[in-house]
Amino acid sequence: MNRQSLMRWWFTATLVAALLLMLVPLPGPLAPFKPYWPALVLLYWSLESEDRVTLGLAFAVGLAADVVNGVVLGEQALRLCALVFIALRFRSRLRFFPMWQQALAVLALLVNDRILLLLVRLLGGASLPPASWWIAPFVGAALWPFLFLLLDDLRARWRIQ
Amino acid sequence: MAHARDESSPLFAGNAAGTLRLIFYLALATVLMVLDQRNGWMWHVRNAAAAVVEPIYRLAGLPVAGMHAISVAFGDRQRLTEQNQRLREDLLLANAKLNRMAAVAQQNQHLKELLDTRRSLELNVQLARVIGVDLGTYSHRLMLNVGARDGVKPGQPVIDAHGVMGQVIESLPTTSLVMLVTDPAHAIPVVVERTGLRTVAYGSRGGDQLVLPTIPLAADVRSGDQLLTSGLGGRFPPGFPVGRVVEVAPAATGMFLVAQVRPAADIGRSEDVLLLHDQAEPDGPPAPARPMGPPSELAPASAIDGSSNSPGTAGAAR
Repeated sequence: MNRQSLMRWWFTATLVAALLLMLVPLPGPLAPFKPYWPALVLLYWSLESEDRVTLGLAFAVGLAADVVNGVVLGEQALRLCALVFIALRFRSRLRFFPMWQQALAVLALLVNDRILLLLVRLLGGASLPPASWWIAPFVGAALWPFLFLLLDDLRARWRIQ
Repeated sequence: MAHARDESSPLFAGNAAGTLRLIFYLALATVLMVLDQRNGWMWHVRNAAAAVVEPIYRLAGLPVAGMHAISVAFGDRQRLTEQNQRLREDLLLANAKLNRMAAVAQQNQHLKELLDTRRSLELNVQLARVIGVDLGTYSHRLMLNVGARDGVKPGQPVIDAHGVMGQVIESLPTTSLVMLVTDPAHAIPVVVERTGLRTVAYGSRGGDQLVLPTIPLAADVRSGDQLLTSGLGGRFPPGFPVGRVVEVAPAATGMFLVAQVRPAADIGRSEDVLLLHDQAEPDGPPAPARPMGPPSELAPASAIDGSSNSPGTAGAAR
């Protein structure tokens, strides 16, 4: 029981931390390198504990992210829903990939996410972003193994399921 | 939950249900986006959730504030001394200029009284600090640490030491959101200082510049020209520097000249900004003259309301 509540706290804490990390700015020239943290954390949890992550949760996290920094309400909710849906659909395969293959899959998911965002923005009347806008998914995929191992290690250390 | 579904229907039903749920959520998100685009719900939601959202902004702004504090605390003595020296020189220069200006301002005031115009040169400002929060790349927005509780209202112009930065578009109780002049959705009425040509500067699409898309071909605009706010539209008071023209070229259509403008304000680096309190008096075209004729009491009710158009506030945020 205690372990379960600890687990619930840890789960919430990682999601809140992801939202905060999304808001913290990087110094000027590094700004385009910032990965999309909520997507990475949601991906981790959808691979590791399937019954916690549902489309409804992804939608809720996306809405929260939209309220704190979005341009349009519902934009990130849409992106995170699509991302989590694909991750859950291929969950059993993704879990048993070796790490580099998993990172590649994450890259594909993040690029897909950027394309979705681009579509939404263009439909909303925004202009095409500069080329540096496409760097972020690659940074996210490069960080994925470290994030995955870190979160897994913490979970194993605290023996929470 | 997933297990229960799997037991009741082994393979495909779960997938179909999952897809249905995805479609439902995607549709919900789309509806939200469309409604928000139409009605600007984001503001209301943010306002309603201010108690939660504002601490998050403060928390997310801490690292930047911390970095700043560290750079001050560990900044080496020599650099600080140099900076201090430079600031002193700036202050001396500014004071000298001010002293000379005082006489001119007084003379100006006198002449204006003679001419019977009411525009004053005094500034009623409030100092605000920028909270270092990333509001999405390329969004051209800033978060300030003052809000509705300090009397900040949407529409107030924001300036820094060098020129106009933007305007407040949303004020929460203790924070407020500023749209920068470089935002593609922002427009500001300007006047070319050298020639007096009036036009409108928009935020450029992509990049931290402004653009003047509709200069008549015959107009005299050169690179290096200084742009000031014209005060038309009544949102920005007249006479503040907006930017400097860096390049003039014919538009693709060949019907106008297009000028690229570098903003005068230090948009990427300002930490302290000023909020102007008294907004400019609407300085547009004069109110239409009351039609001459018989006294209005004699007129039928529907004919009276033609002359009371309020002065336009166009040209601020498209």
